[in-house]
Amino acid sequence: MSAPANSDPDVVPTSGPADTASVVVGNVTKIFNQGRSDEVPALSDVDLTVGSGEFVSLIGPSGCGKSTLLRLIADLIEPTSGTVTVAGRPAAQARREQEYGIAFQQAGLLEWRTVRRNVELPLELRGVGRAERRARAEEMLELVGLADFAGHYPGQLSGGMQQRVAIARALAVQPPLLLMDEPFGALDEMTRERLQSELLGICAKTGTSTVFVTHSISEAVFLSDRVVVMSARPGRIRASIAVELPSRDEAGRQAPVYFEKITEVRQALRS
Amino acid sequence: MRRVLPPVLFGLLALVLWEVLVTAGRVAPFILPAPSAIGAQIVEQRGNIGDAALASGANALVGLIGGTLLAVCAALAASRSTLLGDVSIPFAAVINALPIIALAPILNNMFESTSSVPRRLVTGIVVFFPVFLNLLRGLREVSPVHQELMRTYAASGWTFARKVRLPGALPHLFTGLRQASSLAVIAAVVAEYFGGLQDGLGARITSAAAFTAYPRAWAFVAGACLLGLTFYLVTLLLERLAMPWKRNLIS
Repeated sequence: MSAPANSDPDVVPTSGPADTASVVVGNVTKIFNQGRSDEVPALSDVDLTVGSGEFVSLIGPSGCGKSTLLRLIADLIEPTSGTVTVAGRPAAQARREQEYGIAFQQAGLLEWRTVRRNVELPLELRGVGRAERRARAEEMLELVGLADFAGHYPGQLSGGMQQRVAIARALAVQPPLLLMDEPFGALDEMTRERLQSELLGICAKTGTSTVFVTHSISEAVFLSDRVVVMSARPGRIRASIAVELPSRDEAGRQAPVYFEKITEVRQALRS
Repeated sequence: MRRVLPPVLFGLLALVLWEVLVTAGRVAPFILPAPSAIGAQIVEQRGNIGDAALASGANALVGLIGGTLLAVCAALAASRSTLLGDVSIPFAAVINALPIIALAPILNNMFESTSSVPRRLVTGIVVFFPVFLNLLRGLREVSPVHQELMRTYAASGWTFARKVRLPGALPHLFTGLRQASSLAVIAAVVAEYFGGLQDGLGARITSAAAFTAYPRAWAFVAGACLLGLTFYLVTLLLERLAMPWKRNLIS
């Protein structure tokens, strides 16, 4: 069931690319194994818009379909009904044009490539020249603080470092959209907080829109402009909570707004 | 040094024990010759052993390379098509269960007696299966994350094979090659027991044994052992060179 073209006037803003919404999910339903006895309704009537430069977190209990929603945006799976538009184009086309970078829960590095060559991979597949590839990869590694490890193999790095390489790889093509599926899930609290700050810095610097799947409430509140709370079976969007922290640093983590928003998200999850 | 010393010492001790056992126990040389007698034969026959080892080594090498190339192509094809893979594995298992060496006399009769082709064919067939089966397993074991990642890059099937499948399957390929390298030498030597051109180690062993020159037969067996070891070690070296990321992991 392929999504209709972006001619739907309700879904796609017709104005210039600057104020084009980065992601528009319109009335999407996803049923796995449809028509079989093991049919699983994963998402039901989901609408979501991610503005340009916006950081949106998807949060909810296991099985609420937040990863499914991310995969739909990435065109790794297709919706049963409804439309997914990325950068004003159908999701499949956006994927082919590499409109987004993606980072999974596992780093998923190619163990036979050095760190630098791992970051170069998406550039290589885009046909970017050798010298430019190298320069760009080194710039990205600088950004995630791993410039000194460019020549190492992934097996020589810790889990946190591998995850940073994966983020550098996702950012290497300088995508307008970053999709992240619990990228910090397997990390310890210290590393996690450091990477959160690094990620925010990178997003601010590059103006990237981000969709971030997590099941940590504090992580969602700290990172996001908006926290989208989902409920399970079938997955629906229950609430969309805008977050405005005074600053996204240590002081932000101490601010009363931060705790208020955490409570608000928690209540939305519980209700 | 600490890793080399114990096995060397153990080997020397075993040789001394063997020598003492044979001389003190008056063991007949046709049952077991003394290592000193074998050693003397190795020195005396070194030219012959070298020539025969070169002939057998060439057969083993040609068979190994040919069989491996064929196995790599077959595994690539079988990994791309589910049908081909499902059909080929039971076939591979059945033919693998055949004692391939038993084909040697038949193949020998198919070609002229001056031809090296039958021995090389036997070697190639013996090499094919461990390489094919191991590589196919490796090619099929692609991590789901890599699969999804390559999909997000909109990578073609060929790009996927080149950048992810093949390098990812290298450890499996070398597991197969390690088995195959020793098998290749065995096949090349043993194939000569069943006729064909008689210029390799296998022929020397049978003729020495036929003349009851047992120390000489053992000297050629030692040559075959050395040849097999050389093949194995070269494969290990290639493995280290081909997969630098494994080596760096240890240091």
